[in-house]
Amino acid sequence: MITFMNNSDSEEEPCNERTSLMSAESPPVPSYQDGLQASEAGEAQAHRKRRAGSSRGPNNMTGGEMSGSGVRMRESALENEEEELTLKYGAKHVIMLFVPVTLCMIVVVATIKSVRFYTEKNGQLIYTPFSEDTPSVGQRLLNSVLNTIIMISVIIVMTVFLVLLYKYRCYKFIHGWLILSSLMLLFLFTYIYLGEVLKTYNVAMDYPTLFIVIWNFGAVGMICIHWKGPLQLQQAYLIMISALMALVFIKYLPEWSAWVILGAISIYDLMAVLCPKGPLRMLVETAQERNEPIFPALIYSSAMMWTVGMAKPDTAARGPSQQTWDAAEDGREHLQSPSHAESQMSEMRSPVPTRHVTSLEELEEEERGVKLGLGDFIFYSVLVGKAAATASGDWNTTLACFVAILIGLCLTLLLLAVFKKALPALPISITFGLIFYFSTDNLVRPFMDTLASHQLYI
Amino acid sequence: PAFGLFIFTIARDPLRIIILIAGAFFWLVSLLLSSLIWFIAVKASDPQDERLQKGLLIFGVMFSVLLQEAFRFLYYKLLRKAIEGLVALSEDGCSPISIQQMAYVAGVGFGLMSGAFSMINLLADALGPGTVGIHGDSQLYFLTSAFMTMVLIFLHTFWGILFFHGCEHRRWWEIAAVVIMHLTVSGSSFCNPLYVGSLVPSYLLMAGAAAWAYVLSGGSAQNLRRFLLCKC
Repeated sequence: MITFMNNSDSEEEPCNERTSLMSAESPPVPSYQDGLQASEAGEAQAHRKRRAGSSRGPNNMTGGEMSGSGVRMRESALENEEEELTLKYGAKHVIMLFVPVTLCMIVVVATIKSVRFYTEKNGQLIYTPFSEDTPSVGQRLLNSVLNTIIMISVIIVMTVFLVLLYKYRCYKFIHGWLILSSLMLLFLFTYIYLGEVLKTYNVAMDYPTLFIVIWNFGAVGMICIHWKGPLQLQQAYLIMISALMALVFIKYLPEWSAWVILGAISIYDLMAVLCPKGPLRMLVETAQERNEPIFPALIYSSAMMWTVGMAKPDTAARGPSQQTWDAAEDGREHLQSPSHAESQMSEMRSPVPTRHVTSLEELEEEERGVKLGLGDFIFYSVLVGKAAATASGDWNTTLACFVAILIGLCLTLLLLAVFKKALPALPISITFGLIFYFSTDNLVRPFMDTLASHQLYI
Repeated sequence: PAFGLFIFTIARDPLRIIILIAGAFFWLVSLLLSSLIWFIAVKASDPQDERLQKGLLIFGVMFSVLLQEAFRFLYYKLLRKAIEGLVALSEDGCSPISIQQMAYVAGVGFGLMSGAFSMINLLADALGPGTVGIHGDSQLYFLTSAFMTMVLIFLHTFWGILFFHGCEHRRWWEIAAVVIMHLTVSGSSFCNPLYVGSLVPSYLLMAGAAAWAYVLSGGSAQNLRRFLLCKC
């Protein structure tokens, strides 16, 4: 989900200030517990600063925060200016999102193409118990649909669980959960990944060196993501984590199930963010009522200040949880980003899409900037990675899916600027990606192959 | 070279990158539709008949060229609307990007996408072991493919400029010239593997289109001389 984030001040801020700022802010963080990772929750709520220019009454904003931008609240007078600035800087934000998404996809595709491990079928997750090795097409289809249903229900259960925990203020539990899952993600998966890469390139590495490398990587990652650190490093870590998670999905999800799951997840995302009774919406509303930021969900923020993110714990479930958040940010004060200075007058609401994927970590951004949930990253990369792994047209299909996803992201950001509400980032991009994947694989590939064999050019 | 164009001229400005990606997307959609048509035609026809297949292929290529130009036109329309929106939004009443820059970027977008689709599988195969032209085909396959792709990318760029200029000033003959040039270049590739028949005309056409686009963009021989002299 891409939303504008309103960063509500953390506990420290006086209520009125927070309320004036914007109500919505806490993007709901659906944490799906994917058994794999435990997410850490470190929220640095304190970092949020919300100076609300106008107290429009954030109270009026309800849970729609997620989808709605708290921005509205803020400025009525400045709205036009903001809008202009928003749209004007819109292109910049789009690029700020393009780059990490592209990087993540490049990492995933490069790994898929070179390391054999991730394309071998070594079993499935317990969340997709039905195997796809059946002889008949109908049976296979049925199995994949059943797998999808199980996975989606796991995700829904996780999200509702998280919402309940949040409602009953079991913050410590959530924090612990997130910390645990990001711990597991950073150490275990990196170890496996590094092992496979070294195997592929036939590079020998002894255990002590490996231990030191992984220890350093993991420790710095934990600090960066959950506490403070340079922006670039944090972004890099988030990208790496998303890539790792996507690789795990690509490996362990059977083929047809993966495609059906991708489709179902986008529908779920659409509903969870926009329906009034959706869990994500409820989470946002609750957070707004309490005027506190929602757990830093796994969000990638392109703006400078970011608070500790909470990772969603994925414990045993592999369901990716996606949550979209709307966080409206007050762009008044930005701590460190020079860009904030520009947007001083307008509150830049950065759309913050948040998708939580089981082991995603959230970053909260205060300042203007665009936030995109890590779950979104992961699913985009899963789509492109699957295209690279399984398509026989190889690079053409991968390239087509890549462009389709970027265009979907563009459109979503455009809608975000227009509607100023939190929006689900998945549906448009995934739909485009799926359409392009299937059509390129089946239609364009024979055409291009024939053209290339005759060396004709169109 | 096309990638160099991208880095030096486009990568700085985010708006241009978006236009570029959108241009690539439009080309992709046009390719999709044309391959859909071709696919249907092939499925509906007899797979054994060689001549028919070849004829269908030629038909597919021509149709694809026409579709590409149609999509270029659609993209032009979209960009016109976008410019109006940008002008309305900007503070000082003028658009941050001009229609000519957009034309250039759109052309590069089309070109990059078409070049990528033409070359990338070749490049991937080129990494692996093998011998070029083992079945009696030309040994220069990779080289000529590379040159042809490059000329095509540049041509798309120039065609973008010419096309948009024609649409702006309502000079239909410019648009028609672009379409005819495109058809010619694709048609000349039918001469392959007789490379002289395809590469040479393409390069000549490219030089012509380059000069024309340069003149249209406001350049002149004088500018060119000043530019070259200043450098030294």
